[in-house]
Formats: sequence, structure tokens, C-alpha cells
Amino acid sequence: MSADDPLVRVDGLEKYFWENDSVLDRLLGDDPVPVRAVDGVSFDIRPGETLGLVGESGCGKSTTGETVLRLQEPTDGDVAFDGSSVYDLEGKSLTEFRRNAQVVFQDPFSSLDPRMTIGGIVTQPLEIHDWPWTDADVESRAELRTDGISADIVSVTVDDDVDKLVSPVDGVATVHVTVRSSDVAGDVDPDERGIAEAEGAVAEVAEDLSIDVERGDGIEVHVSVGRSTKQLRLDRARDLLERVGLSVDQLDRYPHEFSGGQRQRIGIARALALEPEFMVLDEPTSALDVSVQAQVLNLLNDLQTEFDLTYLLISHDLSVIRHVCDRVAVMYLGEIVEIGPVDELFEDPKHPYTRALLDSVPRASTDERDRERETLSGDVPSPRDPPSGCRFRTRCPKVIPPADLEIDQETFRELMTLRERVESRDISLETVGDEDEFDLEGGTVVAADADAFARALKGRLLETELPPRHDEIVEDALASVAVGDWEEATERLREEYESVCERQNPALEADDHPVACHLYDEEAGRREAPAPER
Amino acid sequence: MTEDILRVNGLSTRFFTEQGQVNAVSDLDLRIERGEVVGIVGESGSGKSVTARSVIDLIESPGEITEGEIWFNEPDLADAVADDYPEAVDGSFVNLLEVPKQVRRSLRGSSFSMIFQDPESSFNPSLTVGEQIAEAVEVQQRASANPRSTRAKTQEYSLGRLMLSTVLPSKKYVSEASRERAIELLELVGIPDPVERADEYPHEYSGGMLQRAMIAQALAGEPDILVADEPTTALDVTIQAQVLDLLDDLQDETGMTILLITHNLGVVARMCNRVGVMYAGEIVERGTLEDVFDDHVHPYTEGLLGSIPDLESAGGRLEPIPGNVPSLLDHEMPDRCYFADRCPKAMEDCLSHPPEYEGRGTDEHEVRCVLATQEYSEARALSADYFGKDDRTAVDKHADPDGFEDDVQPERAESTVEGSGGERR
Repeated sequence: MSADDPLVRVDGLEKYFWENDSVLDRLLGDDPVPVRAVDGVSFDIRPGETLGLVGESGCGKSTTGETVLRLQEPTDGDVAFDGSSVYDLEGKSLTEFRRNAQVVFQDPFSSLDPRMTIGGIVTQPLEIHDWPWTDADVESRAELRTDGISADIVSVTVDDDVDKLVSPVDGVATVHVTVRSSDVAGDVDPDERGIAEAEGAVAEVAEDLSIDVERGDGIEVHVSVGRSTKQLRLDRARDLLERVGLSVDQLDRYPHEFSGGQRQRIGIARALALEPEFMVLDEPTSALDVSVQAQVLNLLNDLQTEFDLTYLLISHDLSVIRHVCDRVAVMYLGEIVEIGPVDELFEDPKHPYTRALLDSVPRASTDERDRERETLSGDVPSPRDPPSGCRFRTRCPKVIPPADLEIDQETFRELMTLRERVESRDISLETVGDEDEFDLEGGTVVAADADAFARALKGRLLETELPPRHDEIVEDALASVAVGDWEEATERLREEYESVCERQNPALEADDHPVACHLYDEEAGRREAPAPER
Repeated sequence: MTEDILRVNGLSTRFFTEQGQVNAVSDLDLRIERGEVVGIVGESGSGKSVTARSVIDLIESPGEITEGEIWFNEPDLADAVADDYPEAVDGSFVNLLEVPKQVRRSLRGSSFSMIFQDPESSFNPSLTVGEQIAEAVEVQQRASANPRSTRAKTQEYSLGRLMLSTVLPSKKYVSEASRERAIELLELVGIPDPVERADEYPHEYSGGMLQRAMIAQALAGEPDILVADEPTTALDVTIQAQVLDLLDDLQDETGMTILLITHNLGVVARMCNRVGVMYAGEIVERGTLEDVFDDHVHPYTEGLLGSIPDLESAGGRLEPIPGNVPSLLDHEMPDRCYFADRCPKAMEDCLSHPPEYEGRGTDEHEVRCVLATQEYSEARALSADYFGKDDRTAVDKHADPDGFEDDVQPERAESTVEGSGGERR
């Protein structure tokens, strides 16, 4: 694999959850309803980088993370890890993938087993994957240096299983042994593992192994692992805990004795235990206080440099994303709307959703009150029934009007919201007008009142004045609503105001900073959209 | 508009648990002017929610307000209680801690009102939203019809009726007028189609909408002070922005005073005129927004601001505060500056508990740190391992911010016993 190839390539990944899908539902003839949690996302993660996945709750970012790791089976699409498809893996290669790809979960309180000690938690992956690993094909060899003693009289034997602790290079695990005369070496601590003394000769091994010396005719040095598997695992756990900033004497404690930040560190130590290449960090700091969050973010940064890790960081917190990531993908309702390098995306966001998201974050500075912000109205639509075309169009402040429509953007936004409500029949007629002004019979107004009713309803639904031509259209449509003919109203409005945003789902262009928005769709731009005002 | 509406002096709230006394709030001073937004910011376990609940008198056993005064500026109330409790009245101010519980209770809803963090769990899932808001309206109306009686509020809710309500629809207790008012309130907080929405159940609302509904409920009694405890923590940023805009608008319209509790410094900057930073049950720094954000003195404030990743520019390393939030158990709170063990500028002077000093900003600026009166000097600095290595690394034996755990931490407590008596009460 060359350096430019992605470590993880996600291609058209889909994950639907099905509702009404039980046996009973089938017997009753209900159709299953898909909840489109992830609906066709594609992205690459290059080795050594941090890709951020950001979006509001319910946009499918955690599901994406889990599906990428094959913790969920996908509905469609593929994820290639290191060139091979994750969903085709079986047996040994699947185990290897599980080892190489790890996850840190959001909630440090529920992701650690309360009945296991910290030592147990961190050594568990080692037990499951049968660490330490040894390979019979790996040869063991010693490199000897002597000091004050002739190399000729020293013979070194190395156990075959030292590759448990010494990573082999080209099929050979090399240990570095130094033998000195006692005069040169000075005092030796007999308890220390990697050093031993016998009758004037001191032998030392540079790796984390045990060494024995015997003096017969010559000097016989023997290098071995020297510890039980259990001890090795505990030692490893100890190293890991120390590395993540916990003190090593805490192996026998239980999770409830730790604070949130410390538990998250334990979770990180557990994920690191098998020396993974790739880690999915699912909201690793959102349960933590800011000062502790900063500690954990710094730690993650350091670990990445130290172990050459590749991260997929899932977060809703834009400032965390900005701080940690190299590239960012913004998700909305199961789709990626924009991916780009972090600086570009934050300084020059293209997609209206990204812009709104950035605008919504309150800055911790005294200028915050006077900052211009454009916030979004409304809620995220349901993933059971996502809007047609561009999924953001129901909230988008820049939704594209049809060509030569002489109303301004804000008014068009209002019109689109009104259309939305007519289409979903989400307008209550009972409260229109003054008390008892209109008679409602069976939920509709008598035809004679329809026009007056439409005017009153329009006044309630629209804030701005419309130009006369559009005023007429809207009143016309609302009059249909008044007499209960929702379809007619829907049709009338669609005819007049259908936007390119609802006809086509914009595709993510293939360039450095792709964005899925018709504003950047050249063809559509020429045809009907005003040039994006930037 | 500079008249004070609330003055809190030396407030201490303690929880008496099996593990010992938890000093959730200690010697807290707070002043709120009519019509302003005051923020209290701090990490979890710093006592900010307990402060809010103490003000609105929602502390329950084993908690207790042990000391302090809460002066509330309300001439009508002052007149009403002046005869019976002369010592509780000072001009138009009433010390709420000296009047009987019923009087305090009658203020809830009409004078003080609260919105909580988690809208999903703050509503009754088995009643419609409209009904729940109407109930609040009903209670307030009965109260205002008979302002001095606190019984009026509750007489309709007798045990018999409570039991009946399990079989009869509770709508019975809500008059048509209250329902109308509830719908008005829902409209006020920007819920589309309030008439239909009023008949929906909480699970049919989204999180942002429920938070709006909760605000509507809190507004039912037209309160003078709205206590908002982490009102946007459970919400997404775009929804958070909507809710903050709403609170802003409501405040402009009604001139309501807001006490905003949050851990998010961005929300504070967005909303507040004045801010108090809490740490270990104390306000360690307070002042105007500019005092605290730009002219801060306390190293904790500095650390808190330094911990936030910057959205505007790609930052280098963050500057976190080492260590964890301290235990609030009384026997584990040594007599010194509570932040000294995590403080990068701890000096020998920090071994006695600091009083509030004048800050270098406006008149409002008060800091509980010796750095307000002297420069940091290396010569007087405490050695890095003064509090034991454990405190400096991330090791924390006090995972539970509420202090409901019984781990002891001998080194730290003992090492500072000799720190001579500071200003600790």
C-alpha cells in the first residue's frame, strides 16, 4: 500500500433500521418502515490523519462509526480497510481487523464493566486476542557487545519466543546483549529483570526481557521472556495506564472509584492495548468537563503521534473537531453534505448547513453578544421520511428559487416553509381569524368564506408582504386548503415554486473540498440559481 | 434599571450524608439587578445547581441551607410580612430565609421560576403538554386570586382528589381559561400550531420544542426571576441557538431577570451581563462579562478559558487545568485555597483561605485569590509536589462530584493542616 492510499475507504455505506418489522407486524400486514440512519456516505481516511465526523444528534454519525467497524452490518455499501472489504472478512483475518481497529465510546460510565478491575478491563483484549503473540517462523538472534571481556568466551542463547516482546524485522527478532566485566559495570541490582551477574561478568539485555548468566568454561548467557503470560499482560496494562496518565498502582481498583476523565483514559488504554492502527473515537469527550476534556484531547493528540494512529473522530462539538482533526466531514440526516480540510471548512464553509452550524456555536468571548449570527429555524426532519432532493432544503436559508422569480431569498424561504406545511397538512384551521369569525363544518370552511379565510390564514403564516402576483397564488392555494382540498393547494404551489433543491439530491463532487449543494452545481447554477452570494 | 432584585449574602448549603458533611455551597455572595442576566459558570460538582436551588428554595433533605441571607426586593411582600416578621424586612427587601416556608412557597412560580436541564424527564409523560402547562397556570391563578393564602393553591389538590385523578381524566382540574392561557404561552415561546400541539404528549415533541414548552410552563406565573439550570445542555447547537434567542427575546419583552446556570462559557458570553465563576462551592471570581473574560485574575478562570478549543483558529495545544474537581466533603476540604492543589501559580500565601479581594476590573469585580493583591513570585511558589504527586497527575480519588463516596485522602489533608487560619467560616 502506498502512502497515498486510504487506510479506510467507505463507499456508499447505508444502514437502515427497520420499524414494524416483527413477526406480528408481518402477520398484520404492516409494511416495515426504514429509518435511514446512514444513507449512502462515502469518504476516505488516509493513514495517520484524523477525520472528523460532525453533525447534530440523530444525523447518523455514530451509526456510521459503528458500521465502519462492523459492529453493525450495513444495509448496502462497502468499507475497505487496508485494501480489503471489512464485510468479507472471516475467521483469522476478521480477528486481525478487530485487533487493528478499535473504538473509544462516548459514555465512560457505561462502557466499563463495573464488576471488573481496571487491570481486568485493560488486559481483557490481550486475553481475547491471546497476546503476547509468537510466531514459530520468526528467528531469534542476539547481537552481542562486550566490554572488558573477550567476545570469544561468551556464548548467547535466545529463547524462540522472545518475539512476544521484540517485534521482528524481516522475520528476525533481534535482542541486544551487552556483557561487561564487573569492574566496568559497577553494582547490580539482583531484582532487576534485564541484568544479571555471575562471577565477575555482568550481562544486560536492552529489551524488556529476562537474562541469566552462568560461568563455566566460558560465559553462558541465556535470554528469555522470563515471565508468565499473565504477568506479561499485567505489565503491559501497567505501561498502558501510565501512558494515558494514570498511576500504575490502580490496577486493582474498580471503575466507580474513578472520575469521568479517568474512566475515559482507561477506555483509551483498553483501545490501545492491541496496538491498533485505526481508532474510532465516538464522542470521546462529550461527557467530560471542559478542563478534563482538554486533558483528554491533548492525550489523544500525543498518542496519535507516538503510535502512528489514524482516527475517525465523531463529535457534535465543532470546536473539538477544529482542534483535533485534519479533515472534516459534515453530516446531515444520514448524508455527508461537505468534506474538506479543517482550515478550509471552518474558514470558508461552503454548504449552508455547515455555515449555520458554525454560526450557532456561541463563542466564549466578550464580542459574542454583538456577533452577527444566522441561526436555523425548525427541527431536523425525521429520518423515516426524509425530504426529497436535498435533505437540508426544509431548513436551508439559501434554498434556490426557480429562475426569474422576482421575490427575495427570505420571502422565498417563508414560502417554502408554507409549502412544506401544506404538503404535510400541518396547518390547523380551527384557530384562524377572530373568535367565531369562521364556521368550521367538519373541519372545512364553507365556500363563501374561503377567500376571507385564506387571507386570514395567510396573515398568520407569512410575515412578509408578497408581490401582488404571488399574493394571489398563495391566497388561491390557501382557499383550497380552506375547503379541504389539500392536494389542489399542494399542486398549485408546487407548480409555481418548485425548487431544484427538491427535485434532485445534490451529489458530492469529487474534488479536494466536495460539497453537496446545488448552489455549487454549475449547471443548475447557470440554469436557475442566482450566483451564490459570497 | 439598576435596582437590585436579589441579594444573596454568605449563603452556605450543606448536605449531611453518611459519608460526612458535603459543603456544596460555602459563603456565597451574589447580587442580581432587575432585568439583567446573571450567569454562574463552573464544572460539574462545583455547586452551581445547588446555588440555584437554594435561591428558589428547592433544597431537600439531606441538604440544608445552614447560613446566609437571601434578600428579595418585593415591596408588596415586604408590606405583607412586615407585621409578623419585622426582622425579616429591610425596606422593600425581605429575607426569604427568615419567613416561614409557606410564604417562600407562595413565591415559587409567581416570583421565582425554574427551567431544568433535561426537558424529556421534566415533563410527565402521561399527561399532555398543554394540560401540564395549564395546571401551572391554574395554580398561579388560584394563588393570585388570593395572594396571601398559600392554601388556595393546594386546596384543590387534596388526597382524595389525587386518588380520584388516577381514574378520572385530570383535565377536569384545568379550566378552559387556563387552557387558553397555556396555548398563548406555547405560542409565546414559538411553538407552531399551539392549539394542536397542546394536546400532544411530551414524546411527540422534539427536545428543542420540549425545552420551549418548559420555558412556557415556567412563564405561567409571570415570574420576576427565572432560574435557568443548564437550559441548553441537552440540545444540539442549532437548537441551542434557537432557545437562547428565545430567552433573549422573552427577556427583552418582559424585562424578566434571569439567573443562568451553565458550564458552557460560550453560552455565558452570549447571554449574560454579569458572571460568577464557581469552584468547589465558592464563587472564585465575579464581575461583569468583560471583567471575567478579559481581565480575569483567578488562575482557575484562566484555566477554564484556556481549556476551550478555539473555533476561530486552529489552535496548538490546549492548556488544561491539571487534576480533577475536588471533593466537597467537609473533612477533606483543608483550610486553604481549594484550587491551590491544581493551581499553576500556587504560593505559600495560598495555604490560608483567601477572602474576596477587589479585582482589577470594574467595581463589580471580586476575586477570591491572593493574586489580586500581589504579583506571583517564584520565590514564594509551592514546590510542584507539595500536595503529593497524586494531586498533580490525573489521579483522583474523588470521582463522585457529589461526594457520595467514602475514599479518604490522607496526604493532602494532613499536609496542609499547619496552614494557619484563613478567612474560613
